[in-house]
Amino acid sequence: MATFPVESQKTAQIRLTLNGEATDVAFAPYKTLLEVLREDLGHTGTKHGCELGECGACAVLLDGKPVLSCLVLGLECNGRNVLTVEGLGKDGKLDPLQDAFADLGAAQCGYCTPGILVTAKALLDANPHPSRDQIREALSGNLCRCTGYLQIFEAVEAAMVKIAGTGKKAG
Amino acid sequence: MPDEKEKSKAIPQQSGAKSDGLRVIGVPRRRVDGRAKVIGQTRFADDIFLPRMAHCKLLRSPHPHARIRKIDFSRALAHPGVYLVLTGKDLPIQYGILPVSQDEQALCVDHVRHVGDPVAAVIAREELTAFDALDLIDVDYEILTTISDPEEALTTPAPRIHEYGETGNMHKQVALEFGDVEQSFRAADEIFEDIFFYQGNTHLPIEQHASVAIKDPDGKLTIWSSTQTPHYLHRALAKVLEMPAAHIRVIATPNGGGFGGKSDPFNHEIVVAKAALVLDRPVKICLTREEVFYCHRGRHPVLMKFKTGVKKDGTITGMHLQTLIDGGAYGSYGVASTYYAGALQTTTYHIPRYRYEGCRTFTNKPPCGPKRGHGTPQPRFGQEVQLDKIAEKLRLDPAELRLRIVEAPNTVTANFLRLGTVNLAECIRRVAKSSNWKEKFGKLPEGHGVGLACSAYLTGAGLPIYWNKMPHSGVQLKFDRGGGVSIFCGATEIGQGSDDVLAGIVAEVLGIDPFDVRLFTGDTDLGPVDLGSYSSRVTLMAGNAALQAAERGKVLLAEAVALKLEVPKERMRFADKRVFDSATPEKGVNFAEAVCLAEARFGTIGTVGSYTPPKSPALYKGGGVGPSPTYSYSAAVIEVEVNTITGWVHVPRVWIAHDIGRALNPTLVRGQVEGSVYMGLGEALMEEQEFRRLPKRLSHALVHKFPSMLEYKSPTSLDMPEVTTDLIEDPDPRGPFGAKEVGQGPLLPIMPAVANAVYDAVGVRIDEVPITPEKIMKALAEKKAGRPPRFGPDHFPHVEWPEALRVPPPWEGGDGNAVNDVAHGAKRPAAKEKVLTP
Repeated sequence: MATFPVESQKTAQIRLTLNGEATDVAFAPYKTLLEVLREDLGHTGTKHGCELGECGACAVLLDGKPVLSCLVLGLECNGRNVLTVEGLGKDGKLDPLQDAFADLGAAQCGYCTPGILVTAKALLDANPHPSRDQIREALSGNLCRCTGYLQIFEAVEAAMVKIAGTGKKAG
Repeated sequence: MPDEKEKSKAIPQQSGAKSDGLRVIGVPRRRVDGRAKVIGQTRFADDIFLPRMAHCKLLRSPHPHARIRKIDFSRALAHPGVYLVLTGKDLPIQYGILPVSQDEQALCVDHVRHVGDPVAAVIAREELTAFDALDLIDVDYEILTTISDPEEALTTPAPRIHEYGETGNMHKQVALEFGDVEQSFRAADEIFEDIFFYQGNTHLPIEQHASVAIKDPDGKLTIWSSTQTPHYLHRALAKVLEMPAAHIRVIATPNGGGFGGKSDPFNHEIVVAKAALVLDRPVKICLTREEVFYCHRGRHPVLMKFKTGVKKDGTITGMHLQTLIDGGAYGSYGVASTYYAGALQTTTYHIPRYRYEGCRTFTNKPPCGPKRGHGTPQPRFGQEVQLDKIAEKLRLDPAELRLRIVEAPNTVTANFLRLGTVNLAECIRRVAKSSNWKEKFGKLPEGHGVGLACSAYLTGAGLPIYWNKMPHSGVQLKFDRGGGVSIFCGATEIGQGSDDVLAGIVAEVLGIDPFDVRLFTGDTDLGPVDLGSYSSRVTLMAGNAALQAAERGKVLLAEAVALKLEVPKERMRFADKRVFDSATPEKGVNFAEAVCLAEARFGTIGTVGSYTPPKSPALYKGGGVGPSPTYSYSAAVIEVEVNTITGWVHVPRVWIAHDIGRALNPTLVRGQVEGSVYMGLGEALMEEQEFRRLPKRLSHALVHKFPSMLEYKSPTSLDMPEVTTDLIEDPDPRGPFGAKEVGQGPLLPIMPAVANAVYDAVGVRIDEVPITPEKIMKALAEKKAGRPPRFGPDHFPHVEWPEALRVPPPWEGGDGNAVNDVAHGAKRPAAKEKVLTP
């Protein structure tokens, strides 16, 4: 039998909640959450720009908090809750953040967009009425090379208004 | 539950556009590919995973300059999980983006020219296996002298980095003279001489370059790649792989940012293509961020010397520019960059006589190439800062000085560039008004200042990269019985919105919704050639091709519907997904029915359109770089706060006006303007591609100072100022619906405007970028010591310039030819302009 390369051995196995769904996954134990998501779970919506924790493109929500998935080992995620851009929409509808980003030019090349969207969601979940400065601060770890950020700020603010409006109606 | 109804809803926001009866064009709306981007489903090259896919890693040279004596990869090949090792011998044929600089090899055969030059490739089952196996390749190098900057290149003719070029390590020299400049200086009241330095910087797209290649089941080759120029990659692959181009399919995946950095055919693309053919399985490569820094092709570091003669009233009598350009290790676009550095000075202000001498040298650093503004931001910085100095000396307001000398529309300049619409004066007036310039300039408290600068940029390069007479862009349309229209075009989506431009134009002409349009773009098998997403060419060129194809389809549909309705076909109107009689609008059919009627009458409905730029009157050698169908114009005012204790520069506000002709989708246009402002501020204040020598006890190699996103500083969301964007919409008949470019031009005034604002704030001239706190502190110390309050280069090294080609300007009887160019052959007749009207 031919020699089996050690890198291929999927000896790690975890169970996590991925975008609300119970998920089992086996992978090589050295892999980061980013790699497990993209390579072993087929969730390529989460991007990467450095794999060193510098650019923010790979941000996901781990138990509701934004983390850089390139700095989290897959093994650390057993039993935890992971939300990626694929899980933002509900019932076939886009999240208000997604709609606002698409409408207002907040996504140009779209590469940093998934990381920014989940980071903005964490912000709005924690603080439904952030100021412009709070939005700037929350997104300061996510580099965008296309937009100059302003249309991103405006999209977050538009989504904030829309979410607040929906909440009032429901209430 | 069904998806929400996706349509191109108009977004209520302010637009500068007058509607002109247009329903799609000029209306701010969601881009056609917007939904895919916000759900993370835009498929970038590294998002492609194929069954049996292998992974490739490249072994890169740790030495800046060396001969390869021997490569032994037997241990790597024996490593479990390794499928293949390739070296230079497997891909020896040279290639390069320009026909005159075919100086690259996919893997170096016997000579490495910069740290990061690839020497071998490992293809393995897992990426990590390939990475580990790189350590098992033994390369025996003979170290050569490192040439680290242009001055060293000039004084160190041997060893040569390349065996071609002018002489020694000088790659390209340009010398052009349009009228007797020395005489123009004698006619001047004042002469200004300034030396500027513009440090190199890099594109930093968030997406790392990636490629996936497969051998198709029928034996042909397909490659998906993050490239801005699939057509040029197609040609390079055919050459190096010695395969018929017809057997190669290049699919440019949407780029996760390009900015010029993905415009060359790259070694990693050729390597994975070769590996896929050898292994008969898919092969992927994705560069690390460090590798992206070493791929580079970014902004050239340029030393510049400007000599400008002016009359007391500010009129320019003549200008002489010299540049010394650090090219890095390969040609890339460098010959074009060298010409571009001297080409556009004449497009903003009237310069009756002009001389340009440029010299690009090879150095042992990653190759420089085209970055947003290609070759022109560096001299634009020098020109606009020098104008600020001129205004001060002449006691003129910098805005007033510029208003006096702006070039007129439809002019042929001293160097034979034919301008289209020119609304630079209006740009200046708008930013002066919106920024309240008159109340601020020279009047803000110490530490606060405002600066103004202007610029122009091409709307597409007038000539292709390789000589041919074919169109620069082609579009095919397929009309579907269901009322859909498919667009096939080689244009490449790099985030700028090229797909949306095509969909918007076709939808406008045919009276349908952009969402009814399907796009098949950036694919060399599916669509006709478009030369690529560079030189701000897509909106005008692919846009005009789409316009022509749509108009041709409209003719067929109009005739078929007119026949059915029994009204004259000239009365047919297309709007709201209907084709109807303009005299009796209720009389008509829906668009799908119109397609069916046309198909019944004419057979399958498909139309084509293409675009070829007008011939340029610049007939002299080198006149091929600079011509464009038309030019965009920008003016910016920037406000700064300079901390005199730390040297820190804070930019709270930017006002920018851009002469765009017409904004096709104002939401996207604004994004291009603000994105340019952002990137310009990065270049002005912090971004630099700097190199350093490792200590002698190590390798003494010349390495990138900080090849990481953490240390290569770029502006974050906290650094971005407020931006007031003003679009000047004066449709240019050369552009589709009057549109000119916006992707690059608005970056150009930012760097000089910052430098001019710093001077207004604290009275020191920083004659180089980036304008870092250290430089400001040094200049402030000079000021305090009573010396000239300046930081910047103080000498321009001696360069042996060749005899200039002498081309008399149009107003001195010139016909566009050089009077002393024997080699360039017989004089060519002056060209006449052909203007396409939409």
